[in-house]
Amino acid sequence: MPRPDHRGPDHRGPDHRGPDRPLEVEVVRRVQETTSIYTLHLAFTDPEAARGFEFRPGQYNMLYLYGVGEVPISMVSDPEAEGPVEHTIRAVGRVTRGLERLQVGDRLGLRGPYGRGWPLEAAEGRDVVVVTGGLGCAPVVSMIRYVMERRERFGRLVILQGVKHTDDLIWRRQYERWQAAPNTQVLLASDIGGPNWPYHVGKVTVLFSQAGIDPTRSIVMLCGPEPMMKASIDRLLALKVPPEALWLSIERNMQCGIGHCGHCQVGPYFVCQDGPVFHYPQLRPWLGVTGF
Amino acid sequence: MQEPRQNDVVRTAPVRAGISAGFVALQHGMGYVQGMETVAVFLSRDALDSLLDAIRQAGFGRLLGPVADQGAITYQTIESAAALPVGQGDQQEAGHYRLRNQGGPRAFAWAHGPSALKPLTFAPREVLWRCERDADGHLRFHDPDLTPAPTAVIGVRACDLAALRIQEQHFGKSPYPDPHFAARRASLFLVAVHCSHPAATCFCASTGDGPRAREGFDLALSELDAGFVLSAGSERGRAVLEALHLAPASAEQVAQADSEIDAAAQAQHRSLPSRDLKDALYARLEHPHWDQVGRRCLSCGNCTAVCPTCFCHAEVDEGPVTGAHVTHQRQWDSCFTATHSYMGHFLVREETRLRYRQWLTHKLGSWHEQYGRSGCVGCGRCITWCPVGIDITAEVAVLLEPDDAQT
Repeated sequence: MPRPDHRGPDHRGPDHRGPDRPLEVEVVRRVQETTSIYTLHLAFTDPEAARGFEFRPGQYNMLYLYGVGEVPISMVSDPEAEGPVEHTIRAVGRVTRGLERLQVGDRLGLRGPYGRGWPLEAAEGRDVVVVTGGLGCAPVVSMIRYVMERRERFGRLVILQGVKHTDDLIWRRQYERWQAAPNTQVLLASDIGGPNWPYHVGKVTVLFSQAGIDPTRSIVMLCGPEPMMKASIDRLLALKVPPEALWLSIERNMQCGIGHCGHCQVGPYFVCQDGPVFHYPQLRPWLGVTGF
Repeated sequence: MQEPRQNDVVRTAPVRAGISAGFVALQHGMGYVQGMETVAVFLSRDALDSLLDAIRQAGFGRLLGPVADQGAITYQTIESAAALPVGQGDQQEAGHYRLRNQGGPRAFAWAHGPSALKPLTFAPREVLWRCERDADGHLRFHDPDLTPAPTAVIGVRACDLAALRIQEQHFGKSPYPDPHFAARRASLFLVAVHCSHPAATCFCASTGDGPRAREGFDLALSELDAGFVLSAGSERGRAVLEALHLAPASAEQVAQADSEIDAAAQAQHRSLPSRDLKDALYARLEHPHWDQVGRRCLSCGNCTAVCPTCFCHAEVDEGPVTGAHVTHQRQWDSCFTATHSYMGHFLVREETRLRYRQWLTHKLGSWHEQYGRSGCVGCGRCITWCPVGIDITAEVAVLLEPDDAQT
């Protein structure tokens, strides 16, 4: 399989301004997805900046809440869609709880995009299998939307999503819409079932046997808690999916986004620049090793 | 950079090319000439101030030199050679540092203090940008002023020059070379002093980074009792030397200087077993000795603060309570702090043994994949300044004992 450069366009030269100085954006729409998850639609206040902003699914921006700090958040919108950039965020820390309070019209800072996204070129013509768990969904949503908008360029689209509780499933309508699309299969599982949960109960790995994954045609993109990804990879390898067909997005503490601050290192990699999407053979020695 | 970055198992040539291109760009204009051949000249001891004056004349009005202060050698602003620590020596051991007056005319007869060049280029605190918020909540972002005062540093050690080169690679790498580091680096005129008095904790000979300063300096000198053998490492260094109209050093003076440097290498009894320990350490990630070190380590971060190559930093916002403006700053951080691996809902490295293992396997292991060499220059500061005397060379030796090898 070819290994394309799946880095996004580098739209800022080092001479234009500090490499890590944010641009001002405005909240133009805000959607409360669940009690703790929300989506911000952000528009650049400088039209020039908006024109220069291009990203690839799987990349992320650093969002800056004035006076509080920055946090890395992946984009969920289609990279080629006109209009605002969408970020889906869970209120979990100091910055994300603050961002939660922003309303339409409020301003914040944004810099990016950073890191490497999903391997779009390698995925063309292949079955795209997306395996996600928990909130891990957000970094692959942009990829799913990308495939949906260009359906003829890809084979089957298989979405396997696991959540802890049935309440954790965001974008339920969206899943139902995806399910109805041609050549697309959506399988959902919740660790804990409940009323109004017509899907599977158990770990995401219970879904593999029904997914009908063709190991020779598939490219797999995983995102979610690392134990979930590791268990899923074991299952996929047992299904004879070659390791080279596996890609995964991981998270670490990121403060600079540009490979300087050192927090996000996993073995030799700076996740902020070498990731967050990795080719599985790269990460294999480090995945699941406590402390890395 | 235009080169595509490939996602290979190991960082590949294009990445390295990007790093070195950024590094070259950083050095552009400073006129460093690798392996520059200049005739060594001799400066008598009583003429040292004329050298300092010539450096000032070359545009470096601020001079930093070694000063014995509060029990340690530190770089401070000096006006003349009279401020230098004449007769001072340093005694270093694991967890131990003392200055002692050993007499004699020499001003550089010590190894090093706790501070390398690092604070001068990678500032302990640095404003990355400023932001103002007006009454309507609109934000305006500004770059800070990047015009550090031209500064000459007198008495730079080979280990610290090697470390500076590593930090130039890190902060200069594409596609986001750091302008703060670059501006600070470009403001420095470096006067190296080849090391003739290594400490017991030094092991630069085994890492290949000392005791002779080989590159990255403007001037280098060897100290003899009567004076200094001087050579230039850059065009501007050569210009300073030419302004002094000094006579060439005699063959005896050059030979004496060389033999003192050789003796400084021979005197080192600590060492690392190899310059590339990556595979050996990667094969021992579950070695029981990590636990043993983890029980002694206080996780205080002293080693990372004194390490001339450690580059980790945290980003913080700071502003007045009025909220009208904010500075976004970076400040030194350490992989020994809990927050270094904070992930919102868990810590990647909760236990001290995991933090020590991260530090050591990065410094001596993954650093090779990132920057093509080890991140250790053999200065031994982490040994000296560790409050419990943890010794990187001793810990590596235990980890590599053949009986305990796990592969």
